[in-house]
Order: sequence, then structure tokens, then C-alpha cells
Amino acid sequence: MSLRSPLRRVTYLGSAKGGSSHWFAQRVTAVALALLGLWLCFSLATLGGASHQHVVAWLSSPVAAALAVLLVLVAAWHALLGLQVVIEDYVGDKGRRMAVLLVVKFAFAVAAVIGVLAVLRIAFGVAA
Amino acid sequence: MAQRARPLSPFLHYRWQYTNTLSILHRITGVLLSLGFLLLVYWLAAAGSGAERYAAAVDTLGSPLAQLVLLGTAFSFCYHLLNGVRHLFFDLGHGFELQTARRSGWAVAVGAVALGVVVWLVVRAGLGGAA
Repeated sequence: MSLRSPLRRVTYLGSAKGGSSHWFAQRVTAVALALLGLWLCFSLATLGGASHQHVVAWLSSPVAAALAVLLVLVAAWHALLGLQVVIEDYVGDKGRRMAVLLVVKFAFAVAAVIGVLAVLRIAFGVAA
Repeated sequence: MAQRARPLSPFLHYRWQYTNTLSILHRITGVLLSLGFLLLVYWLAAAGSGAERYAAAVDTLGSPLAQLVLLGTAFSFCYHLLNGVRHLFFDLGHGFELQTARRSGWAVAVGAVALGVVVWLVVRAGLGGAA
């Protein structure tokens, strides 16, 4: 027996919970990622070579570095939103679902920070 | 009031149609791209660690197995991108007519293979055939 009123349950924690913000964030990051992904393909196609100097020269530009940081962050965010839905759909047991979600979220948080730091090291000329 | 156990989705069995496969492929390519993201971070981290680490990483990424994975990632990117745009139109309420949805589905499938090959070749050429 819940002490919350039916209205409270529907408006705050009904069956839909906070799904709309998750749904909306997935779409917004999708649009951003479509642009950033095409930019990455274009950048790689016009890099001129796969040597370290080529990559350093590319990410030394502030615009390229900024877009690369955004790409890493938005891609990690979008991937997490999507993986969360997949995990929630296929991992039935609540405890195991929580564990898998935590591991995946931590892993992608670590990966995102590594990616951002790597781009910044090149942008600031630390990576020789 | 006692509540009966409610059925959980998906509790219906649907007749197979190729649009089902397009739908599950969006999910599969999404999961593959999540792994592809980790590869991108690996490449960036190597570049941010200096020329030696970077050369070693490019060697690793040049192995036949890694090349196959990257080809799969290129296709996944194109499929997920095109089908994602298709779904954004669905979200805006367009393209739900059976005929339109099936046609756009075919366009996405064919377009993803074609665009995947193009992205693969163009990026390879841009990187000098090295990775």
C-alpha cells in the first residue's frame, strides 16, 4: 500500500518514470553525433597520412580539438543512453542489471575522460 | 487491491518481416559502435601518448583482424546514421505509411552498404592506406 496519491505516482513516478528526458537526450545527442561523426570521417579522409605528425597537426587546430572533445563526450553519452536501454531490456534480474549498468557506465566514463585528455594533450602540445 | 503479474513486453509473437530485422540491426550496430568508440579512444590515447605508442597502435590496428573490425565499424556507422535519420523522421510523425516505411527501410539497407564501402575507401585513402 503506497501513501502517495495516484496523481503523485503518475506525474512523478508512474510507470513512465523519467523516460522522456532519456528519450529526448538520445535524440539530441543523435543529431549532434550525426554531424560530429561525418566531421570525423571527413577529417580522417583529408588527413593526408596516418603518421603521428599528421594527427598532431590536425588536433593542434583549436576548432578540430574542440570538435574532437565534443565528439568523445557526445559519443560516450549517446552510447551510454543506448546501452542502458539494451541492458534494461535483456538483463532481467534487478541486482545483475544494476551491476552491469554500473560497470558499463564506469567504463565509458573512464574512456571518455581518457579520450578528452588525449585530445587536450595533443592540442596543448604535450604529446611529442 | 491485489495486482496480478502483468505481462512484460515483448509478450506477443510477431510474424517476421524484414522491417523487424532492420529494427534489431539498429540495436546491434549501436552496440558495435559503442565498442568502436572504445577503439577511437584507444587510437586517440595512443596519439596523445607520443609517437612511439602511436606507431605501435597503428601497427595493431593494421592487423587483418583489426581491419575487419574497422570495416564492420564503418558499416555500422553508416547503417546506424541512416536508420537513425529514418527514426528521427518517425519521431516527427512522418513516414509511417506501410509503403513509405518499407521503401525507406530498403533505402537505408542498400545505402548503408554503399556508403560503408565509400567511407572505408575514402578514409583508407586519406590515411595513406595505413589504417
